[in-house]
Amino acid sequence: MTDRTEQAPTQPGKDARPIKLACRNVWKLFGANAANFIRERDGKASMADVTAAGLVGAVRAVDLEIRQGEIFIIMGLSGSGKSTLVRCMSRLVEPTHGKVEFEGKDLLKISDAALIELRRHRMGMVFQNFALLPHLNVLENIAFPLSIQGQDRATREARAREVIELVGLRGREHFYPRELSGGQQQRVGIARSLATKPEIWFLDEPFSALDPLIRREMQDELMRLQTMLHKTIVFITHDFDEAIRLADRIAIMKDGEVIQIGTPEELVVNPATDYVAEFTRDVDRAKVISARSLMRACDGAEHGGTVAPDVKIASFSASIISAGKPFAVVNGTGKPIGEVTPQAVIDLLAGIDRSRAGA
Amino acid sequence: MTVTAGASEARARPVQIWLIVWASALAGVLVVFLLQDSLPWAVNYPASAIVPVADWVGALMGWIKSNLSWLTRSITAVLGVPLDFALNLLAKNFKIGHGADAYVLPRLSWVGVCAAAFLAGHAAGGRNLGMLVGGCFLYIALFGQWTSAMLTLALISIAVPFCIITGLFAGIWAWRKPWAERLIVSPALDLMQTIPTFAYLIPMLLLFGNSPVSAMIATAIFATPPMVRATMLGLSRVPSEIDDFSEMAGCTARQKLWRVLLPSARPTLMVGVNQVIMLALNMVIIASMIGAGGLGYDVLLALRALKVGEAMEAGLAIVALAIALDRLSQAIAHKQAKGHVHRENSPSFWRRYPNLTLAIAILVVTTLLGLFVPAFAAVPKAITFTTAPLWKAAVSWITINFFDTIEAFRVALILNVLNPLRAFCEGFPWLGAVFLLGLAGYQLSGLRLAALVAALTAFCAVTGLWEKTMATVYLCGISAFIACMIGIPIGLMASRSDRFEKIVTPIIDTLQVLPSFCFIIPVVMLFRVGDVTAMIATVAFAVVPAIRYTNHGIRQVPPALIEAAKVSGCTPRQTFFRVQLPLALPEIMLGVNQTILMALAMIIICAMVGTRDLGQEVFIALSKADSGRGIVAGLAIAFIGIVADRLFNAWTAKARARLG
Repeated sequence: MTDRTEQAPTQPGKDARPIKLACRNVWKLFGANAANFIRERDGKASMADVTAAGLVGAVRAVDLEIRQGEIFIIMGLSGSGKSTLVRCMSRLVEPTHGKVEFEGKDLLKISDAALIELRRHRMGMVFQNFALLPHLNVLENIAFPLSIQGQDRATREARAREVIELVGLRGREHFYPRELSGGQQQRVGIARSLATKPEIWFLDEPFSALDPLIRREMQDELMRLQTMLHKTIVFITHDFDEAIRLADRIAIMKDGEVIQIGTPEELVVNPATDYVAEFTRDVDRAKVISARSLMRACDGAEHGGTVAPDVKIASFSASIISAGKPFAVVNGTGKPIGEVTPQAVIDLLAGIDRSRAGA
Repeated sequence: MTVTAGASEARARPVQIWLIVWASALAGVLVVFLLQDSLPWAVNYPASAIVPVADWVGALMGWIKSNLSWLTRSITAVLGVPLDFALNLLAKNFKIGHGADAYVLPRLSWVGVCAAAFLAGHAAGGRNLGMLVGGCFLYIALFGQWTSAMLTLALISIAVPFCIITGLFAGIWAWRKPWAERLIVSPALDLMQTIPTFAYLIPMLLLFGNSPVSAMIATAIFATPPMVRATMLGLSRVPSEIDDFSEMAGCTARQKLWRVLLPSARPTLMVGVNQVIMLALNMVIIASMIGAGGLGYDVLLALRALKVGEAMEAGLAIVALAIALDRLSQAIAHKQAKGHVHRENSPSFWRRYPNLTLAIAILVVTTLLGLFVPAFAAVPKAITFTTAPLWKAAVSWITINFFDTIEAFRVALILNVLNPLRAFCEGFPWLGAVFLLGLAGYQLSGLRLAALVAALTAFCAVTGLWEKTMATVYLCGISAFIACMIGIPIGLMASRSDRFEKIVTPIIDTLQVLPSFCFIIPVVMLFRVGDVTAMIATVAFAVVPAIRYTNHGIRQVPPALIEAAKVSGCTPRQTFFRVQLPLALPEIMLGVNQTILMALAMIIICAMVGTRDLGQEVFIALSKADSGRGIVAGLAIAFIGIVADRLFNAWTAKARARLG
């Protein structure tokens, strides 16, 4: 399944980034003697095998690589194992089998002390229900991870005030969690996880407990922070709209298995299974599909304008339809590599079948 | 149709089988009873076969006493230091030096303590609470009970932190190690809470002598269990995300526990603290028998001399202290649960803690003033007043005018109800009881419960305490029965009328905080000593859970179900009897269970007013310092409680499982 990822790199530059975190055939099975079961089979077992052995397969044979600075989204419905998988990556849950590599080093082999050190300085996590400490105020909550490391009060509070500023909570330093709204509480959660300047940032359904409007606002907030901070982000969600809005790449999980990994566009244009296609059906395709996917070879007609290959259709749909002429798709050097016709755009917007729209 | 009929037939059959089993079992017991001339050993346990457990325990305690006295003495010495300090600070004055030239540092001034009580109440729950708490202390001072009350308070103030710390660590240990919880902590807690308070006193008396220290240790042991339970509950209720967060923040195991989990569990822990305080007060009163002194001792002395007026006064002072402590600790717990209100950190101490600073200042000033103005040091005689003559006069008046009525009631109750029941219980074949209870255990849960119940019942017979055990069962049973007959209807009424509930709630809240001792006093005034007094006091003490659980059980029936009943066309009466009552039954049975356990605890204390049962056995053992006899009788009482508790719980669990 990982092969599919490597197959169609839309942005060739991206692969040059080093791999930050990788899962190599990670399994998490619940039940008696689960470790022996999977070791005897050499890390290979089908769903039927697992069920026949009386085990529950929360995470099965997951292989994925997360590159530095990317927003990697793990998408799945409840019970699909996404939460367990992210806990395997941070070793909150001990995987039954496989390797979790952090910068090439197996996370499952390091000592407890090294793990604590790693979590203190290089990992951050945000939780669905915020997990704020009820007895501490905003400032103390945010400074808490630093105080655990033994930083003195002045240093940690100065740093806490910096991140409070960053997430826009100034003036609320002395509020207690219960005095804040859900959105504000999650800002505290985000600020707290950023206080230690982590390199990899786990977000476990961070916006699922929020109202739709607030959720949207927080997604924008996250994008704003990411343009400033360039963290490696592992983001869990059950909301496909949220996933395509934020993701560089998405892994779709079902029954503990990753069934497809790809950019939002790849998933929409080329779903691996009916299950994935079902998710992508109601997506606003113009916002996902880029000029490159919609272009065809130039047939010599006059062009009404030019677009770059990575530009999403939605950003030029109005102008191409009003122009009534095809737009040339040009690469970096200004050389046309194809064209997008107004008809193709209209078909796309009207939701007419992909095979015809893409042709 | 046929399918349902078949199913219900299949379900009906086991019930019929059990009916036959029970009928034949009862018939068998009856046969044994009728044949008691030829099978005497099955009815009355043969004296020759009594296992001398009491002697063994006595010998063990004697060995401990003679071989470990260095340990008990050093414990007494170590614990005596903070205790003496607290006693001197609140009640006795510090004496420095010896003889006539000794210099005396005064105790805290009563004016200051009252003011501090007001400020504590004010800080925790506003002006009304301040007035209540301050008022309670003022009441104690004005009624001339100050020194005794402060002795009691000093004991509590040392015992409670001890209980909290011990309970916290035990709870943490049990939470960390499931095997410890299952094998050690839970059984120990069950036993600690069902052994009667009296039974604690005997080994303490033996090991630590007749002193405030042994009273304090007994109090600490008795009052610790709720803290252990609260800790276990609080820790297991911390959301798993907070647990995950502490891991991801890189907490070490110790940081996680002390800086994340325990603070997050604080509201639950505070509920435990409140219970610890109330149990400690209860126990300190009872521990006056082994030298705790204080208010309990005053009650005890007055009761022994049948000075009802004095007993009533000291009893009311206990009530005042109980209410003050309960409301104060509840308000603090409530405030903690609600969380803090944000405020800027202020650099100076007095600005951050204005009430505390003020309280300290007032205490210091009034105590220093007490050096020069005697009115501050001790409550002046001129402003105290006593109601003892009034109470005495009231009792005399009642006795003169209603003696015949009361006496007729008492005699009728004894002749027609109590004596026949007693005769029935005491004559009940021990083997039959073991068999029937075991059968009940088997039906409700299975072989394990059956074995446990039968073994515990057999213990009571084998140790030669069968007659006294049955005397306890009879008095406890009838008291619990009457308490339920009164409490369940009141609970039902409260559940159907908000106005009635509002009247009942403060009354049962107050009844619940009163130490068990206090219930005896007014009853003894009217009915003198004997079984009737014990029964009435027990009913008053044990009625609370019956009311509370019934009310709660009915009220927690989901509104959707009641609406469904209404929509189906049920009349209010049908709704109540066909929907609410059946659904509330498990909860009501839980209340009955609690009522039985509380009745058992109270019956034992009623040995003070001349009952002839296991309580008397403990009481005699206490006065003779016969630890073997006292501990075995205490265990027998605990076993009655455990048998009742287990059977009821199994029954309730079954009923719950059926309701889903």
